[in-house]
Amino acid sequence: MTNALEELPQRAVAANGHRAGAENGLVAPAATAKSRPHTLLLVPVAAGIALAIHFFITRHQLSAGQYYWLFLFIVLGAGLVGAALYPFFSGLRERMHNLSAIFAAAILLLGLWEVITSGLRLLPLPYFPSPAAILDSMINDRGLLFDSTWHSLMMLMNGYVLGVIVGLISGVCIGWSSSIRYWGMPVLKIVGPIPATAWIPLAMVISPSTAVSSAALIALAVWFPVTMLTASGISNTRASYLDVARTFGAKESYLIFRVAIPAAMPNIFIGLFMGLGASFLTLVVAESVGVKSGLGWYVSWAQGWAEYGKVYAALVIMAGFFSSLMTLLFKVRDIVLVWQKGIIKW
Amino acid sequence: MVTVGAETSSLRVREVTKSFRPPGNGAASRLALDSISLSIAAGELVAIIGPSGCGKSTLLRLIAGLDTPDSGEITIGFEQISGPSAERGLVFQDPNLFPWLTVRRNIEAGLVARGVLQEKRDEVQKFMELVGLDGFADAYPHHLSGGMAQRVALARALINHPKVLLLDEPLGALDAFTRMRMQDEVLHLWRGGRAERAVRVRPEIVSEKLLRLWQSRRTTMSLVTHDIDEAIYMSDRIMVMSPRPGRIEWTIPVELDRPRDRSSADFLRLRAEILEHLHFAGKSASGNNGS
Ligand SMILES: Nc1ncnc2c1ncn2[C@@H]1O[C@H](COP(=O)(O)OP(=O)(O)O)[C@@H](O)[C@H]1O
Ligand SMILES: [Mg+2]
Repeated sequence: MTNALEELPQRAVAANGHRAGAENGLVAPAATAKSRPHTLLLVPVAAGIALAIHFFITRHQLSAGQYYWLFLFIVLGAGLVGAALYPFFSGLRERMHNLSAIFAAAILLLGLWEVITSGLRLLPLPYFPSPAAILDSMINDRGLLFDSTWHSLMMLMNGYVLGVIVGLISGVCIGWSSSIRYWGMPVLKIVGPIPATAWIPLAMVISPSTAVSSAALIALAVWFPVTMLTASGISNTRASYLDVARTFGAKESYLIFRVAIPAAMPNIFIGLFMGLGASFLTLVVAESVGVKSGLGWYVSWAQGWAEYGKVYAALVIMAGFFSSLMTLLFKVRDIVLVWQKGIIKW
Repeated sequence: MVTVGAETSSLRVREVTKSFRPPGNGAASRLALDSISLSIAAGELVAIIGPSGCGKSTLLRLIAGLDTPDSGEITIGFEQISGPSAERGLVFQDPNLFPWLTVRRNIEAGLVARGVLQEKRDEVQKFMELVGLDGFADAYPHHLSGGMAQRVALARALINHPKVLLLDEPLGALDAFTRMRMQDEVLHLWRGGRAERAVRVRPEIVSEKLLRLWQSRRTTMSLVTHDIDEAIYMSDRIMVMSPRPGRIEWTIPVELDRPRDRSSADFLRLRAEILEHLHFAGKSASGNNGS
């Protein structure tokens, strides 16, 4: 009887031809997850295992790694609370189905890491601290780390925003006007591919302060991909869009700002993503050789003192920091390009 | 029939020649239109048929002002055209809707381009109702069927109240049923929503107010099509073009009462006549090619 009931909607879906595959793909994992509610307990179980490992390894020196205790207990508690609440919130349920496995794997990896480092001591110690030690450094040095993150953020934003603005302007000009393209394209093709970091020696000499030169280098790194992709997007605007706009009386400003630029938006976003990646690289290099602040500087400074716990702490923060910015840009793109077929949600 | 002042929207093409240089090699340019002349009275709907490559699109682009003729002149009323303008709308086979704008914003685009959106905002709603897109205001073009997308394109072109509407195989990509329905809708738009027609076409969307709005407006239309039935069903006159170089070979008046019956004897007789002619024209053209 259940078979007969299930078959009906299945066939209705199949009748939609192309959509059938996508629909099944969406429905199937949710259905299996629903039938196995124990996936929800993955996170608490993983946290329990990591706690056991930590207890076993530090049982002779219980004062060590307090923060790591706290952290694991919080994870355990959150996992249990989530498992208890999940039947009541559908949003939470979906999230937990998606994330609990990968999250549990991450916690288990922390446990494994601890076994390898402080447990079995397989890796040379100053260079490879345990997760507990890293968390300790992170929290003990939180003031300086926060300060460094803030400086990095400011530096990155200054450089990125400047690079994007200049890149958009030059990209639109090169893409739209063939005479600007004639003169601008060779410059772009020759100067653009030089990694921005290669200019560091020169930048340090000519600029008044390392902060200014670093921001300028980041801007340069961002400028190239943004310009390149904006220009190609603009110059590849479908001629028929421009023709249509002309037949209803559009002036050039309309053609540029209301037709060519929106049409180039998907390309422009690729440039923005590439520019963001380039800006991270340039930021870290510029900070570690020039500016005396920021996460890049913090990493090389901590390494100078052989405080590898701090090095890793800064790397962890960098990872979170950079990936948050990437995620933010993805969100912006999803809003701006809501009209595109692939990424629409409603 | 012709409303006062309508002669300003008559279209005249005088001895227009246009050639294209094939890209790449420095070969001699090829004549696409050879000294072509035609005139369309104000408010008249003229169909242009002919084999593909005979220069129909080229002709419409010249009239739209998107290209310039090598010689000859094109006038609307008493004015010689010198470039694209909102008084000449052009709708292509591909609706070419801006995919980044919703249906409403696509229809508004012409008003935005001319900077008159503020004054004319209420027209947008009227046009959406007129083409039956009321419920789709906030949909993006990729959600629309071919017929609906083409309706948006028509509304977008008509919102500027062009004197001349140029249609380049606008229904060519639609299936037979949608095409026949759209033929009625285009006629409805052309006739400015005359009561008997309008009520027959879309009784549910045509209000008295809309009818009055459209009463005085009848657009001069030039419709390029490859569908002979469509040409007979819709137009006042049919112009047959011949290829290489393109010129108007034959003009047939279509003196059938509207609404036309696609299966009436007169309709079918005219159709047979044109087919016979085209068949003959096709033979002679291929003979020319051989020599
Ligand atoms: N932009 C162009 N460049 C070169 N040749 C063109 C161009 N546009 C049209 N042609 C040529 O002009 C002739 C007429 O084309 P077209 O007007 O598109 O014909 P139709 O619309 O009747 O099919 C064709 O031979 C075509 O190859
Ligand atoms: Mg054509």
